[in-house]
Amino acid sequence: MKERLRESLVVLGLRSAVFVALAGLLGVLFDIVSKGAGVLSWKFLTEPPMAGMTEGGIFPAIIGSVYLVTLSLVASVPIGVLSAIYLAEYTKQSRFTRIVDVSIRNLAGTPSIVFGLFGLGLFVNFLGFRQSLLSGALTLACMSLPVIITASREALLTVPNEFREAAYALGATKLQVVRRVVVPNALAGILTGIVLSSSRVIGETAPIMLTAAAFYTPSLPSSFFDRVMALPFHLFVMATQSANPLKTAPIQYGTALVLILIAVGLNATALFVRARRRRIKAW
Amino acid sequence: MRLKKPPAPRTSLSRTLVERLAKSLFFLCSVIVILVTLLITLFLFREGLPALLHVPIWDIFAGTIWQPPAEVPKFGVLPLMVGSAVITFTSLMFATPLGLAVALYLAEFSRSLEREVLKPLVELLAAVPSVVFGFFALVVVSGWIHGLFGVGTRLNALNGAVVLSLMVLPTIASISEDALNSVPRDLKEAAYALGSTRLQVLRGVVLPYARRGIAVAVLLGFGRAIGETMAVLMATGNAAVMSLSLLTSMETMTAAIAIEMGEVVFGSLHYQMLFFLGILLFLISSAVNILADHIITRGRVA
Repeated sequence: MKERLRESLVVLGLRSAVFVALAGLLGVLFDIVSKGAGVLSWKFLTEPPMAGMTEGGIFPAIIGSVYLVTLSLVASVPIGVLSAIYLAEYTKQSRFTRIVDVSIRNLAGTPSIVFGLFGLGLFVNFLGFRQSLLSGALTLACMSLPVIITASREALLTVPNEFREAAYALGATKLQVVRRVVVPNALAGILTGIVLSSSRVIGETAPIMLTAAAFYTPSLPSSFFDRVMALPFHLFVMATQSANPLKTAPIQYGTALVLILIAVGLNATALFVRARRRRIKAW
Repeated sequence: MRLKKPPAPRTSLSRTLVERLAKSLFFLCSVIVILVTLLITLFLFREGLPALLHVPIWDIFAGTIWQPPAEVPKFGVLPLMVGSAVITFTSLMFATPLGLAVALYLAEFSRSLEREVLKPLVELLAAVPSVVFGFFALVVVSGWIHGLFGVGTRLNALNGAVVLSLMVLPTIASISEDALNSVPRDLKEAAYALGSTRLQVLRGVVLPYARRGIAVAVLLGFGRAIGETMAVLMATGNAAVMSLSLLTSMETMTAAIAIEMGEVVFGSLHYQMLFFLGILLFLISSAVNILADHIITRGRVA
Protein backbone atom coordinates (compact mmCIF):
# COMPACT_ATOMS: atom_id res chain seq x y z
CA MET A 1 0.00 0.00 0.00
CA LYS A 2 2.75 2.38 1.02
CA GLU A 3 4.69 1.35 -2.08
CA ARG A 4 1.70 2.15 -4.24
CA LEU A 5 1.39 5.60 -2.74
CA ARG A 6 5.04 6.23 -3.33
CA GLU A 7 4.71 5.14 -6.92
CA SER A 8 1.80 7.41 -7.64
CA LEU A 9 3.72 10.28 -6.03
CA VAL A 10 6.65 9.64 -8.37
CA VAL A 11 4.35 9.49 -11.38
CA LEU A 12 2.75 12.73 -10.27
CA GLY A 13 6.19 14.36 -9.98
CA LEU A 14 7.23 13.17 -13.43
CA ARG A 15 3.95 14.23 -14.92
CA SER A 16 4.31 17.74 -13.54
CA ALA A 17 7.79 17.95 -15.08
CA VAL A 18 6.27 17.10 -18.45
CA PHE A 19 3.65 19.74 -17.76
CA VAL A 20 6.32 22.38 -17.06
CA ALA A 21 8.16 21.52 -20.28
CA LEU A 22 4.97 21.76 -22.32
CA ALA A 23 3.98 24.97 -20.55
CA GLY A 24 7.30 26.43 -21.68
CA LEU A 25 6.65 25.50 -25.30
CA LEU A 26 3.02 26.50 -25.31
CA GLY A 27 3.78 29.69 -23.38
CA VAL A 28 6.23 30.86 -26.02
CA LEU A 29 3.93 29.86 -28.87
CA PHE A 30 0.84 31.34 -27.26
CA ASP A 31 2.45 34.68 -26.46
CA ILE A 32 3.80 35.12 -29.97
CA VAL A 33 0.76 33.84 -31.80
CA SER A 34 -1.68 35.90 -29.73
CA LYS A 35 0.26 39.14 -30.07
CA GLY A 36 1.54 38.53 -33.59
CA ALA A 37 -1.60 37.29 -35.29
CA GLY A 38 -3.20 40.73 -35.43
CA VAL A 39 -0.17 42.11 -37.24
CA LEU A 40 -0.15 39.55 -40.02
CA SER A 41 -1.65 40.85 -43.20
CA TRP A 42 -0.95 40.66 -46.89
CA LYS A 43 0.57 44.13 -46.66
CA PHE A 44 2.85 43.14 -43.78
CA LEU A 45 4.18 40.22 -45.82
CA THR A 46 4.62 42.10 -49.09
CA GLU A 47 5.76 45.60 -48.12
CA PRO A 48 9.29 46.72 -47.29
CA PRO A 49 9.99 48.42 -43.95
CA MET A 50 9.11 52.09 -44.01
CA ALA A 51 9.57 55.31 -42.03
CA GLY A 52 12.99 54.36 -40.65
CA MET A 53 11.90 50.76 -39.98
CA THR A 54 9.08 51.81 -37.65
CA GLU A 55 6.31 50.96 -40.09
CA GLY A 56 5.67 48.78 -43.09
CA GLY A 57 6.28 45.10 -43.59
CA ILE A 58 9.02 42.52 -43.72
CA PHE A 59 9.05 41.52 -47.38
CA PRO A 60 12.81 41.88 -47.97
CA ALA A 61 13.57 39.88 -44.81
CA ILE A 62 11.35 37.02 -45.98
CA ILE A 63 12.91 37.03 -49.43
CA GLY A 64 16.40 37.24 -47.95
CA SER A 65 15.77 34.24 -45.70
CA VAL A 66 14.33 32.25 -48.60
CA TYR A 67 17.40 33.07 -50.71
CA LEU A 68 19.77 32.14 -47.90
CA VAL A 69 18.08 28.82 -47.17
CA THR A 70 17.69 27.88 -50.85
CA LEU A 71 21.25 28.72 -51.76
CA SER A 72 22.60 26.88 -48.72
CA LEU A 73 20.58 23.80 -49.71
CA VAL A 74 22.00 23.98 -53.22
CA ALA A 75 25.41 23.51 -51.66
CA SER A 76 24.65 21.19 -48.77
CA VAL A 77 22.14 18.74 -50.28
CA PRO A 78 24.33 17.28 -53.06
CA ILE A 79 27.39 17.07 -50.85
CA GLY A 80 25.44 15.71 -47.89
CA VAL A 81 23.40 13.13 -49.79
CA LEU A 82 26.27 11.91 -51.95
CA SER A 83 28.57 11.49 -48.98
CA ALA A 84 25.79 9.65 -47.16
CA ILE A 85 25.56 7.33 -50.17
CA TYR A 86 29.28 6.71 -49.99
CA LEU A 87 29.15 6.03 -46.25
CA ALA A 88 26.08 3.80 -46.39
CA GLU A 89 26.63 1.91 -49.64
CA TYR A 90 30.27 1.96 -50.62
CA THR A 91 32.26 1.45 -47.50
CA LYS A 92 32.38 -0.72 -44.44
CA GLN A 93 33.54 0.35 -41.00
CA SER A 94 37.05 1.55 -41.50
CA ARG A 95 39.47 4.13 -40.26
CA PHE A 96 38.13 6.52 -42.89
CA THR A 97 34.49 6.20 -41.78
CA ARG A 98 35.62 6.60 -38.19
CA ILE A 99 37.26 9.93 -39.06
CA VAL A 100 34.18 11.04 -41.00
CA ASP A 101 31.95 10.06 -38.06
CA VAL A 102 34.05 12.07 -35.64
CA SER A 103 33.94 15.05 -38.02
CA ILE A 104 30.18 14.84 -38.38
CA ARG A 105 29.64 14.69 -34.65
CA ASN A 106 32.10 17.48 -34.09
CA LEU A 107 30.37 19.69 -36.66
CA ALA A 108 27.00 18.92 -35.10
CA GLY A 109 28.26 20.02 -31.69
CA THR A 110 30.10 23.14 -32.83
CA PRO A 111 28.36 26.33 -31.64
CA SER A 112 26.68 28.35 -34.36
CA ILE A 113 28.69 31.46 -33.55
CA VAL A 114 31.88 29.50 -34.21
CA PHE A 115 30.52 28.67 -37.67
CA GLY A 116 29.97 32.40 -38.02
CA LEU A 117 33.61 33.10 -37.21
CA PHE A 118 34.69 30.39 -39.64
CA GLY A 119 32.54 31.88 -42.40
CA LEU A 120 33.91 35.32 -41.63
CA GLY A 121 37.49 34.08 -41.77
CA LEU A 122 37.18 31.86 -44.85
CA PHE A 123 34.40 33.18 -47.10
CA VAL A 124 34.18 36.86 -46.15
CA ASN A 125 37.84 37.69 -45.70
CA PHE A 126 40.09 35.01 -47.18
CA LEU A 127 38.08 34.25 -50.33
CA GLY A 128 36.94 37.86 -50.58
CA PHE A 129 33.20 37.17 -50.92
CA ARG A 130 32.60 40.03 -48.46
CA GLN A 131 29.54 39.95 -46.22
CA SER A 132 27.10 38.62 -48.73
CA LEU A 133 24.33 36.21 -49.59
CA LEU A 134 26.96 33.79 -50.87
CA SER A 135 29.12 33.89 -47.71
CA GLY A 136 26.07 33.45 -45.49
CA ALA A 137 24.61 30.60 -47.51
CA LEU A 138 27.92 28.71 -47.63
CA THR A 139 28.35 29.12 -43.87
CA LEU A 140 24.83 27.81 -43.29
CA ALA A 141 25.53 24.94 -45.69
CA CYS A 142 28.50 23.83 -43.60
CA MET A 143 26.29 23.93 -40.52
CA SER A 144 23.56 21.81 -42.03
CA LEU A 145 25.87 19.12 -43.45
CA PRO A 146 25.80 16.91 -40.34
CA VAL A 147 21.99 16.92 -40.14
CA ILE A 148 21.56 16.05 -43.81
CA ILE A 149 24.23 13.36 -43.82
CA THR A 150 22.97 11.69 -40.64
CA ALA A 151 19.34 11.64 -41.80
CA SER A 152 20.19 10.45 -45.33
CA ARG A 153 22.51 7.76 -44.08
CA GLU A 154 19.86 6.44 -41.71
CA ALA A 155 17.29 6.45 -44.52
CA LEU A 156 19.65 4.54 -46.83
CA LEU A 157 20.50 1.99 -44.16
CA THR A 158 16.84 1.18 -43.52
CA VAL A 159 16.41 -0.07 -47.09
CA PRO A 160 16.43 -3.87 -46.68
CA ASN A 161 19.38 -5.76 -48.08
CA GLU A 162 17.07 -8.12 -49.99
CA PHE A 163 16.22 -5.24 -52.31
CA ARG A 164 19.86 -4.80 -53.22
CA GLU A 165 20.46 -8.51 -53.58
CA ALA A 166 17.44 -8.91 -55.83
CA ALA A 167 18.73 -6.17 -58.12
CA TYR A 168 22.23 -7.64 -58.19
CA ALA A 169 20.75 -11.00 -59.06
CA LEU A 170 19.22 -9.41 -62.13
CA GLY A 171 22.66 -8.28 -63.20
CA ALA A 172 22.54 -4.68 -62.06
CA THR A 173 25.78 -2.90 -61.32
CA LYS A 174 26.49 -1.18 -58.01
CA LEU A 175 25.62 2.26 -59.35
CA GLN A 176 22.40 0.96 -60.88
CA VAL A 177 21.41 -0.60 -57.58
CA VAL A 178 22.10 2.64 -55.76
CA ARG A 179 20.32 4.84 -58.29
CA ARG A 180 17.28 2.73 -59.08
CA VAL A 181 16.71 0.72 -55.94
CA VAL A 182 18.30 2.16 -52.82
CA VAL A 183 17.88 5.91 -53.33
CA PRO A 184 14.25 5.78 -54.52
CA ASN A 185 13.32 3.72 -51.48
CA ALA A 186 15.17 6.04 -49.13
CA LEU A 187 13.98 9.22 -50.81
CA ALA A 188 11.21 10.07 -48.35
CA GLY A 189 13.60 9.73 -45.44
CA ILE A 190 16.22 11.85 -47.18
CA LEU A 191 13.68 14.57 -47.97
CA THR A 192 12.51 14.55 -44.35
CA GLY A 193 16.08 15.19 -43.26
CA ILE A 194 16.41 18.05 -45.74
CA VAL A 195 13.19 19.66 -44.50
CA LEU A 196 14.32 19.28 -40.89
CA SER A 197 17.62 20.92 -41.64
CA SER A 198 15.97 23.82 -43.49
CA SER A 199 13.73 24.44 -40.51
CA ARG A 200 16.84 24.83 -38.41
CA VAL A 201 18.77 26.87 -40.96
CA ILE A 202 16.06 29.47 -41.41
CA GLY A 203 16.16 30.33 -37.69
CA GLU A 204 19.95 30.62 -37.46
CA THR A 205 21.00 34.13 -36.58
CA ALA A 206 24.51 34.19 -35.19
CA PRO A 207 26.27 32.84 -38.31
CA ILE A 208 24.57 35.19 -40.76
CA MET A 209 25.10 38.12 -38.43
CA LEU A 210 28.81 37.80 -39.09
CA THR A 211 28.68 36.77 -42.72
CA ALA A 212 25.63 38.06 -44.58
CA ALA A 213 23.00 40.05 -42.80
CA ALA A 214 22.14 43.71 -43.25
CA PHE A 215 19.99 45.89 -41.00
CA TYR A 216 18.24 47.32 -43.97
CA THR A 217 18.66 47.15 -47.70
CA PRO A 218 16.79 49.53 -49.97
CA SER A 219 16.30 46.89 -52.63
CA LEU A 220 16.22 43.12 -52.92
CA PRO A 221 19.55 41.40 -53.49
CA SER A 222 20.45 41.31 -57.16
CA SER A 223 23.67 39.35 -56.95
CA PHE A 224 25.31 36.68 -54.79
CA PHE A 225 27.61 39.36 -53.41
CA ASP A 226 24.89 41.61 -52.00
CA ARG A 227 24.14 41.72 -48.30
CA VAL A 228 20.67 40.53 -47.43
CA MET A 229 18.06 41.10 -44.79
CA ALA A 230 16.85 37.95 -43.03
CA LEU A 231 13.93 37.16 -40.75
CA PRO A 232 15.80 36.11 -37.59
CA PHE A 233 18.28 38.96 -37.86
CA HIS A 234 15.45 41.41 -38.51
CA LEU A 235 13.74 40.25 -35.32
CA PHE A 236 16.97 40.69 -33.38
CA VAL A 237 17.55 44.17 -34.78
CA MET A 238 14.00 45.35 -34.22
CA ALA A 239 13.92 44.00 -30.66
CA THR A 240 17.30 45.29 -29.51
CA GLN A 241 18.50 48.18 -31.66
CA SER A 242 15.31 49.90 -32.56
CA ALA A 243 15.16 53.56 -31.52
CA ASN A 244 11.66 53.08 -30.20
CA PRO A 245 11.18 49.43 -29.25
CA LEU A 246 7.69 49.99 -27.89
CA LYS A 247 6.43 51.53 -31.09
CA THR A 248 7.86 48.71 -33.18
CA ALA A 249 6.61 45.95 -30.85
CA PRO A 250 3.89 44.87 -33.33
CA ILE A 251 6.50 44.50 -36.09
CA GLN A 252 8.67 42.44 -33.72
CA TYR A 253 5.80 40.12 -32.85
CA GLY A 254 4.76 39.85 -36.49
CA THR A 255 8.31 38.95 -37.52
CA ALA A 256 8.61 36.41 -34.70
CA LEU A 257 5.32 34.83 -35.72
CA VAL A 258 6.28 34.51 -39.39
CA LEU A 259 9.62 32.99 -38.37
CA ILE A 260 7.96 30.53 -35.99
CA LEU A 261 5.31 29.57 -38.53
CA ILE A 262 7.99 28.71 -41.06
CA ALA A 263 10.45 27.00 -38.70
CA VAL A 264 7.97 25.10 -36.54
CA GLY A 265 5.75 24.41 -39.54
CA LEU A 266 8.58 22.80 -41.51
CA ASN A 267 9.71 20.87 -38.48
CA ALA A 268 6.25 19.61 -37.60
CA THR A 269 5.67 18.52 -41.20
CA ALA A 270 8.88 16.51 -41.17
CA LEU A 271 8.10 14.91 -37.82
CA PHE A 272 4.58 14.06 -38.95
CA VAL A 273 5.70 12.52 -42.23
CA ARG A 274 8.37 10.52 -40.45
CA ALA A 275 5.96 9.19 -37.83
CA ARG A 276 3.44 8.21 -40.50
CA ARG A 277 6.00 6.51 -42.65
CA ARG A 278 7.21 4.47 -39.70
CA ARG A 279 3.71 3.23 -39.15
CA ILE A 280 2.78 2.37 -42.72
CA LYS A 281 6.11 1.12 -44.00
CA ALA A 282 5.59 -2.42 -45.16
CA TRP A 283 9.10 -3.59 -44.45
CA MET B 1 10.95 -4.54 -56.19
CA ARG B 2 11.22 -4.25 -59.94
CA LEU B 3 13.57 -2.40 -62.20
CA LYS B 4 11.67 -0.22 -64.64
CA LYS B 5 13.44 -1.51 -67.70
CA PRO B 6 16.58 -3.45 -68.26
CA PRO B 7 19.63 -1.20 -68.39
CA ALA B 8 20.62 -0.19 -71.91
CA PRO B 9 23.48 -2.32 -73.18
CA ARG B 10 26.75 -0.50 -72.93
CA THR B 11 30.30 -1.50 -73.43
CA SER B 12 31.63 -2.79 -70.17
CA LEU B 13 34.58 -0.40 -70.36
CA SER B 14 32.48 2.78 -70.27
CA ARG B 15 30.28 1.23 -67.63
CA THR B 16 33.16 0.51 -65.29
CA LEU B 17 34.40 4.02 -65.96
CA VAL B 18 31.07 5.51 -64.91
CA GLU B 19 30.97 3.26 -61.86
CA ARG B 20 34.44 4.37 -60.85
CA LEU B 21 33.71 8.03 -61.45
CA ALA B 22 30.54 7.87 -59.36
CA LYS B 23 32.33 6.17 -56.53
CA SER B 24 35.10 8.76 -56.54
CA LEU B 25 32.52 11.55 -56.57
CA PHE B 26 30.74 10.07 -53.55
CA PHE B 27 34.07 9.60 -51.82
CA LEU B 28 35.06 13.19 -52.56
CA CYS B 29 31.86 14.46 -50.97
CA SER B 30 32.58 12.67 -47.72
CA VAL B 31 36.11 14.04 -47.80
CA ILE B 32 34.55 17.52 -47.88
CA VAL B 33 33.02 16.83 -44.47
CA ILE B 34 36.45 16.17 -43.01
CA LEU B 35 37.78 19.17 -44.89
CA VAL B 36 35.20 21.51 -43.35
CA THR B 37 36.21 20.39 -39.86
CA LEU B 38 39.87 20.96 -40.67
CA LEU B 39 39.17 24.34 -42.24
CA ILE B 40 37.23 25.49 -39.17
CA THR B 41 40.18 24.59 -36.98
CA LEU B 42 42.64 26.17 -39.39
CA PHE B 43 40.81 29.47 -39.76
CA LEU B 44 39.99 29.87 -36.08
CA PHE B 45 43.64 29.42 -35.18
CA ARG B 46 44.92 31.48 -38.10
CA GLU B 47 42.83 34.48 -37.12
CA GLY B 48 42.83 34.03 -33.36
CA LEU B 49 46.21 32.70 -32.31
CA PRO B 50 48.17 35.88 -33.18
CA ALA B 51 46.38 37.50 -30.24
CA LEU B 52 48.79 35.61 -28.01
CA LEU B 53 51.69 37.53 -29.54
CA HIS B 54 50.30 40.80 -28.25
CA VAL B 55 48.65 39.88 -24.98
CA PRO B 56 50.41 37.57 -22.54
CA ILE B 57 48.39 34.41 -21.99
CA TRP B 58 48.39 35.11 -18.25
CA ASP B 59 46.64 38.46 -18.79
CA ILE B 60 44.01 36.76 -20.90
CA PHE B 61 43.05 33.98 -18.53
CA ALA B 62 43.66 35.74 -15.23
CA GLY B 63 42.54 39.21 -16.27
CA THR B 64 39.31 40.21 -14.65
CA ILE B 65 38.49 43.10 -16.96
CA TRP B 66 37.17 42.77 -20.52
CA GLN B 67 37.32 46.25 -21.97
CA PRO B 68 38.43 46.14 -25.60
CA PRO B 69 37.49 49.68 -26.67
CA ALA B 70 39.27 51.42 -23.75
CA GLU B 71 42.28 53.74 -24.13
CA VAL B 72 44.42 50.89 -22.84
CA PRO B 73 42.32 47.91 -23.98
CA LYS B 74 41.96 45.11 -21.47
CA PHE B 75 41.37 41.57 -22.71
CA GLY B 76 40.76 39.52 -19.58
CA VAL B 77 38.35 36.76 -20.61
CA LEU B 78 37.59 35.72 -17.06
CA PRO B 79 34.37 37.76 -16.75
CA LEU B 80 33.10 36.24 -20.00
CA MET B 81 34.03 32.71 -18.93
CA VAL B 82 32.36 33.23 -15.56
CA GLY B 83 29.28 34.60 -17.35
CA SER B 84 29.13 31.58 -19.66
CA ALA B 85 29.70 29.17 -16.78
CA VAL B 86 27.14 30.71 -14.41
CA ILE B 87 24.41 30.88 -17.06
CA THR B 88 25.15 27.40 -18.42
CA PHE B 89 25.22 25.68 -15.04
CA THR B 90 22.11 27.45 -13.82
CA SER B 91 20.22 26.44 -16.94
CA LEU B 92 21.42 22.85 -16.50
CA MET B 93 20.22 22.89 -12.91
CA PHE B 94 16.72 23.51 -14.24
CA ALA B 95 16.95 21.45 -17.41
CA THR B 96 18.60 18.28 -16.08
CA PRO B 97 15.92 17.23 -13.57
CA LEU B 98 13.16 18.38 -15.90
CA GLY B 99 14.59 16.68 -18.98
CA LEU B 100 15.30 13.49 -17.10
CA ALA B 101 11.82 13.46 -15.61
CA VAL B 102 10.29 13.95 -19.06
CA ALA B 103 12.42 11.09 -20.38
CA LEU B 104 11.49 8.81 -17.48
CA TYR B 105 7.83 9.56 -17.90
CA LEU B 106 7.87 8.98 -21.66
CA ALA B 107 9.94 5.81 -21.44
CA GLU B 108 8.51 4.14 -18.37
CA PHE B 109 5.17 5.52 -17.28
CA SER B 110 3.20 6.90 -20.21
CA ARG B 111 0.65 5.05 -22.24
CA SER B 112 1.47 4.69 -25.92
CA LEU B 113 -1.14 7.15 -27.14
CA GLU B 114 -0.01 9.74 -24.61
CA ARG B 115 3.55 9.17 -25.69
CA GLU B 116 2.75 9.68 -29.33
CA VAL B 117 1.37 13.12 -28.56
CA LEU B 118 3.91 14.24 -25.96
CA LYS B 119 7.11 13.17 -27.65
CA PRO B 120 6.72 15.26 -30.81
CA LEU B 121 5.64 18.24 -28.71
CA VAL B 122 8.85 18.07 -26.71
CA GLU B 123 10.79 17.71 -29.95
CA LEU B 124 9.00 20.75 -31.30
CA LEU B 125 10.53 22.77 -28.49
CA ALA B 126 13.86 22.23 -30.25
CA ALA B 127 12.41 23.68 -33.45
CA VAL B 128 11.78 27.15 -32.03
CA PRO B 129 14.64 29.35 -33.29
CA SER B 130 16.96 30.64 -30.57
CA VAL B 131 16.33 34.25 -31.58
CA VAL B 132 12.65 33.71 -30.78
CA PHE B 133 13.55 32.37 -27.33
CA GLY B 134 15.75 35.43 -26.90
CA PHE B 135 12.89 37.68 -27.91
CA PHE B 136 10.56 35.91 -25.47
CA ALA B 137 13.12 36.35 -22.69
CA LEU B 138 13.55 40.01 -23.54
CA VAL B 139 9.90 41.01 -23.61
CA VAL B 140 8.17 38.45 -21.37
CA VAL B 141 10.35 36.43 -18.99
CA SER B 142 12.38 39.48 -17.91
CA GLY B 143 9.13 41.07 -16.72
CA TRP B 144 8.20 37.99 -14.69
CA ILE B 145 11.60 37.82 -13.04
CA HIS B 146 11.54 41.52 -12.32
CA GLY B 147 8.09 41.17 -10.79
CA LEU B 148 9.20 38.18 -8.74
CA PHE B 149 12.39 39.63 -7.29
CA GLY B 150 11.77 43.31 -7.81
CA VAL B 151 15.43 44.21 -7.65
CA GLY B 152 18.32 44.43 -10.04
CA THR B 153 18.32 44.91 -13.77
CA ARG B 154 15.61 43.47 -15.94
CA LEU B 155 18.10 41.70 -18.17
CA ASN B 156 20.15 39.35 -16.04
CA ALA B 157 21.78 35.94 -15.83
CA LEU B 158 18.67 34.26 -14.42
CA ASN B 159 16.61 35.48 -17.36
CA GLY B 160 19.10 33.92 -19.76
CA ALA B 161 19.30 30.69 -17.77
CA VAL B 162 15.53 30.24 -17.71
CA VAL B 163 15.04 30.39 -21.47
CA LEU B 164 18.26 28.49 -22.04
CA SER B 165 16.92 25.64 -19.92
CA LEU B 166 13.88 25.41 -22.20
CA MET B 167 16.22 25.14 -25.18
CA VAL B 168 18.43 22.47 -23.62
CA LEU B 169 15.55 20.42 -22.26
CA PRO B 170 14.70 18.59 -25.52
CA THR B 171 18.35 17.60 -25.98
CA ILE B 172 18.57 16.11 -22.49
CA ALA B 173 15.11 14.53 -22.66
CA SER B 174 15.49 12.82 -26.03
CA ILE B 175 18.98 11.43 -25.46
CA SER B 176 18.09 10.17 -21.96
CA GLU B 177 14.95 8.61 -23.34
CA ASP B 178 16.98 6.70 -25.92
CA ALA B 179 19.20 5.49 -23.08
CA LEU B 180 16.22 4.39 -20.99
CA ASN B 181 14.66 2.60 -23.94
CA SER B 182 17.86 0.68 -24.56
CA VAL B 183 17.59 -1.12 -21.21
CA PRO B 184 17.02 -4.79 -22.13
CA ARG B 185 13.54 -6.08 -21.42
CA ASP B 186 14.71 -9.33 -19.86
CA LEU B 187 16.69 -7.46 -17.20
CA LYS B 188 13.57 -5.65 -16.12
CA GLU B 189 11.47 -8.77 -16.30
CA ALA B 190 13.97 -10.69 -14.21
CA ALA B 191 13.72 -8.03 -11.54
CA TYR B 192 9.93 -8.12 -11.65
CA ALA B 193 10.02 -11.90 -11.41
CA LEU B 194 11.98 -11.56 -8.18
CA GLY B 195 9.10 -9.53 -6.80
CA SER B 196 10.42 -6.00 -7.29
CA THR B 197 8.03 -3.11 -7.50
CA ARG B 198 8.11 -0.65 -10.38
CA LEU B 199 10.09 1.90 -8.39
CA GLN B 200 12.59 -0.74 -7.30
CA VAL B 201 13.08 -1.81 -10.90
CA LEU B 202 13.52 1.81 -11.86
CA ARG B 203 16.10 2.48 -9.19
CA GLY B 204 17.83 -0.88 -9.19
CA VAL B 205 17.83 -1.79 -12.87
CA VAL B 206 16.77 0.92 -15.29
CA LEU B 207 18.66 3.94 -13.94
CA PRO B 208 21.95 2.12 -13.28
CA TYR B 209 21.84 0.53 -16.72
CA ALA B 210 21.09 3.84 -18.46
CA ARG B 211 23.44 5.99 -16.41
CA ARG B 212 26.07 6.38 -19.12
CA GLY B 213 23.48 7.47 -21.63
CA ILE B 214 22.04 9.93 -19.16
CA ALA B 215 25.50 11.32 -18.46
CA VAL B 216 26.00 11.80 -22.19
CA ALA B 217 22.64 13.56 -22.42
CA VAL B 218 23.60 16.06 -19.75
CA LEU B 219 27.03 16.52 -21.30
CA LEU B 220 25.59 17.29 -24.74
CA GLY B 221 23.07 19.58 -23.08
CA PHE B 222 26.02 21.41 -21.55
CA GLY B 223 27.64 21.71 -24.98
CA ARG B 224 24.46 23.10 -26.46
CA ALA B 225 24.01 25.58 -23.61
CA ILE B 226 27.52 26.98 -23.57
CA GLY B 227 27.49 27.50 -27.33
CA GLU B 228 24.10 29.17 -27.46
CA THR B 229 24.34 32.75 -28.66
CA MET B 230 21.22 34.66 -29.59
CA ALA B 231 19.01 33.73 -26.64
CA VAL B 232 21.58 34.65 -24.00
CA LEU B 233 22.67 37.68 -25.97
CA MET B 234 19.16 39.11 -25.92
CA ALA B 235 18.34 38.00 -22.38
CA THR B 236 21.30 38.70 -20.14
CA GLY B 237 22.10 42.38 -20.57
CA ASN B 238 25.70 41.84 -21.68
CA ALA B 239 27.72 43.63 -19.05
CA ALA B 240 31.11 41.99 -18.73
CA VAL B 241 31.30 42.18 -14.98
CA MET B 242 32.62 39.49 -12.68
CA SER B 243 29.72 38.42 -10.55
CA LEU B 244 28.12 35.28 -9.27
CA SER B 245 24.74 36.84 -8.56
CA LEU B 246 22.05 35.61 -10.89
CA LEU B 247 20.27 38.95 -10.78
CA THR B 248 23.12 40.93 -12.34
CA SER B 249 23.77 41.42 -16.02
CA MET B 250 26.39 39.12 -17.47
CA GLU B 251 28.05 38.65 -20.80
CA THR B 252 28.90 35.26 -22.23
CA MET B 253 31.77 34.42 -24.58
CA THR B 254 29.34 33.79 -27.41
CA ALA B 255 27.53 37.08 -26.90
CA ALA B 256 30.81 39.02 -26.82
CA ILE B 257 31.74 37.61 -30.24
CA ALA B 258 28.34 38.32 -31.74
CA ILE B 259 28.05 41.87 -30.43
CA GLU B 260 31.59 43.11 -30.85
CA MET B 261 32.47 41.52 -34.18
CA GLY B 262 30.30 44.10 -35.92
CA GLU B 263 32.43 46.96 -34.58
CA VAL B 264 35.99 45.71 -34.90
CA VAL B 265 38.53 46.55 -37.55
CA PHE B 266 39.52 43.54 -39.63
CA GLY B 267 42.77 42.08 -38.38
CA SER B 268 43.00 44.28 -35.28
CA LEU B 269 43.92 42.90 -31.87
CA HIS B 270 40.28 43.03 -30.81
CA TYR B 271 39.35 41.01 -33.92
CA GLN B 272 41.99 38.44 -33.03
CA MET B 273 40.80 38.26 -29.44
CA LEU B 274 37.25 37.52 -30.55
CA PHE B 275 38.57 34.68 -32.69
CA PHE B 276 40.54 33.54 -29.66
CA LEU B 277 37.23 33.30 -27.79
CA GLY B 278 36.00 31.23 -30.74
CA ILE B 279 38.97 28.90 -30.31
CA LEU B 280 38.06 28.44 -26.65
CA LEU B 281 34.45 27.64 -27.54
CA PHE B 282 35.54 25.23 -30.26
CA LEU B 283 37.90 23.47 -27.86
CA ILE B 284 35.12 23.19 -25.27
CA SER B 285 32.61 21.76 -27.75
CA SER B 286 35.20 19.33 -29.14
CA ALA B 287 36.11 18.21 -25.62
CA VAL B 288 32.43 17.63 -24.88
CA ASN B 289 32.15 15.46 -27.97
CA ILE B 290 35.26 13.46 -27.25
CA LEU B 291 34.19 12.90 -23.66
CA ALA B 292 30.70 11.80 -24.73
CA ASP B 293 32.23 9.44 -27.27
CA HIS B 294 34.54 8.06 -24.61
CA ILE B 295 31.68 7.45 -22.16
CA ILE B 296 29.68 5.58 -24.79
CA THR B 297 32.50 3.40 -26.14
CA ARG B 298 33.76 2.53 -22.67
CA GLY B 299 30.26 1.43 -21.78
CA ARG B 300 30.18 -0.86 -24.77
CA VAL B 301 33.37 -2.66 -23.77
CA ALA B 302 32.46 -3.09 -20.12
